Amino acid sequence: MSFEMPKEKWRGAVNQVKIGATAAEGGTRSSTVTVGGEATLPFLDFEGDTPNRPVIAFEVLDLAPTDWPEPLVEAYGDVFGDPAAWAQKCVEQYEADLICLRLQSAHPDRGDSSPAQCAETVKKVLQAVGVPLIIWGCGDNEKDNNLWPEVSQAAARERCCLGSAVQDNYKTISACAMADGHVVITEAPLDINIQKQVNILVTEMGVKPEDIIMYQVTGALGYGVEYAYTIMERTRLAALGGDKMLSMPMLAIVGSEAWRAKEARLPEEESPQWGRRYDRAILWEAMTAELFLHAGTDILVMWHPEAARLVKESVLSYSAASTESE
Amino acid sequence: MALTAIEIYKLLPQTNCRECGFPTCLAFAMQLAQKKASLDKCPYVSEDAKAALEGSAAPPINLVTIGVGDKALKIGNETVLFRHEETFHHPCGLAVLVPSDLDEASLKQKATRLSELQFDRVGMIVGVDLIALQHVPGSDFRAAATAVAQASNLPLILISDDPAAMAAAASAVADKRPLLYAATAGNFDEMVKIAKEHGLPLAVRSEGIANIADLAAKATAAGVSEIVLDTAPKTPKDMLLHQTAIRRAALLKKNRQVGHPTIVFAVGDTPAAKALNASVAIAKYAGIVVIDFDDPALVLPLVTARLNIYTDPEKPIQVQPGVYAVGAATEESPVLVTTNFSLTYFTVEGDVSASKIPSWIVVVDTKGTSVLTAWAAEEFTAETITKAVNDYDVAGRVKHRTLIIPGGVAVLSGKLEDLSGWKVLVGPRESAGIPAFLKSLPKLAA
Repeated sequence: MSFEMPKEKWRGAVNQVKIGATAAEGGTRSSTVTVGGEATLPFLDFEGDTPNRPVIAFEVLDLAPTDWPEPLVEAYGDVFGDPAAWAQKCVEQYEADLICLRLQSAHPDRGDSSPAQCAETVKKVLQAVGVPLIIWGCGDNEKDNNLWPEVSQAAARERCCLGSAVQDNYKTISACAMADGHVVITEAPLDINIQKQVNILVTEMGVKPEDIIMYQVTGALGYGVEYAYTIMERTRLAALGGDKMLSMPMLAIVGSEAWRAKEARLPEEESPQWGRRYDRAILWEAMTAELFLHAGTDILVMWHPEAARLVKESVLSYSAASTESE
Repeated sequence: MALTAIEIYKLLPQTNCRECGFPTCLAFAMQLAQKKASLDKCPYVSEDAKAALEGSAAPPINLVTIGVGDKALKIGNETVLFRHEETFHHPCGLAVLVPSDLDEASLKQKATRLSELQFDRVGMIVGVDLIALQHVPGSDFRAAATAVAQASNLPLILISDDPAAMAAAASAVADKRPLLYAATAGNFDEMVKIAKEHGLPLAVRSEGIANIADLAAKATAAGVSEIVLDTAPKTPKDMLLHQTAIRRAALLKKNRQVGHPTIVFAVGDTPAAKALNASVAIAKYAGIVVIDFDDPALVLPLVTARLNIYTDPEKPIQVQPGVYAVGAATEESPVLVTTNFSLTYFTVEGDVSASKIPSWIVVVDTKGTSVLTAWAAEEFTAETITKAVNDYDVAGRVKHRTLIIPGGVAVLSGKLEDLSGWKVLVGPRESAGIPAFLKSLPKLAA
């Protein structure tokens, strides 16, 4: 008697969200990215649809990083301080599907650049690359609220993802996204109930569920990865169980988390027992991302091109057909 | 399938003799059903009832023990598909392949190296768990197994499809309780015979998933009690599907034939790709993952992934309480106080390290809770902080008498100063503020 693959019958599915808009759609993107739509657990295509593969967004900072370890400086040092050139390098050299632009310089403690300056940066990056954009504020609620009207307007009809809407600060970003045709990223602090609450608040403002991406504050391998892994797994199960307010695709911020770990930062001289730093750091980022993939993440925001390449290959291998017919 | 209290009651003598310590047989049955009492409390239970009850209590995935002594690896007995439903119980074993055609000195050197491939994660030692000795035809498998067993106390996996080689190696190291890998359709009877002769766990390997249940059932029927399954997936995708299918069948379909832990040989074109696929195997139900590299740069991420995935969601990882130096801390370095919840500690440690100002961190035993939770639960108080400062002899490490406490518990300052006799500075509320705080800190007076 042959062994039968036990199948689950799921009631719900993850929403499908399109990011980026081409000229025909009112934007100027040369390509768009669609995520979500899964009607099963990650990669289990024998029992449900998995219409879109998870994608990798390369993170670009508008400030030159001062404390990045050597492997990252090697990859991006020549474009530090020039976000347009940085984005271009990610697309042309490292085949980025998406760019995640972080407007760090707007933070009152990090330069306090004006909404107009940030809008200008966004425009330059949009001109430099044809892929869709994720635009992240500086994390200071008050400043971000000043930022969004101009920044969102500068990218109007490009269908970018704007991040992030949090429980006590979601109105400005949601209103701007609706006005200019963007997607909203809702954020929660590793709490599935708060995530759901933010989604409800944002949809009550009028944002459509198909225009939302979810983000739970992420941890790295060795530093809380299990919390984020399990929160994402539970969120996917909730979506498959039919919970419409937890059915949005998920995004994970991997690069900045993984490269904070001392296992990724410490050079060989200080940690000879841990082997070559380059290999260990790349794998630290890639393995953090890999675990999230299998918990249900749709968008991985990554830093190092080699870690991103490894994960992209892995996505392809888990998306491939089984070599056995079931 | 677990029995209900009524089903258990029907198997009991129903005499209400009270010798079990419960007022009635029904009360005893209810305790049994909740696994709060054990059947041996009843002196009159029949053999038939015993068999029925024990059968019902058998775990859906058998426990397999490989190796002996404190390094023995126990795998199986898993009860859930997702860790939040309960926890994953028996951490998956990480095995490293060693070919048997090395000379004796190299084998011993390699085995010693693998035993020593361990990492300290704030008080927790994690490392490689097994040596997978792979028989290379033409080499002396018995001599190789003996050499490896002499050099290392890590449990062994003996890998060979050749029953003659396996019999020779198994008899030489049987007292170390190695896992024999593997019985296949081609060598089945002979491999089963070797496993039974020495009472050893046996892996069964099918090419693909279709025949694994039949092969495992045949091994059970032949009298092998501890079985490990290998479906020999050729691609990462097949691996994920096989692992999911076996776990689901055992737990959801109560399929006893596949109620055994699995072994996965990590596939991939490069060591890094293999490591990534090994991490997926760890998260997705493998009992043992075999890798063919021992580079610490690749092994450290894997043992960390295993530690994280197998952390009990209800018992967060704790840091050993004590005082830790960050950087080259001296008797003039600042002293920060925090809790022993691993994420709290790691965040504080990371931010102190980023400040590039060598410091001491006093870790108070708060039973693994974060600063505000510990404060609310009265685990992080002037009393517990004072006790920690005294117990860990912080005064013996620094000349000054100043403690820095988290901004969130500023209210503790006064009482802490009174109790400890140390001056108290209130640090930032968020750990991210630590670098700026430390950089602006004046030199601490002795």
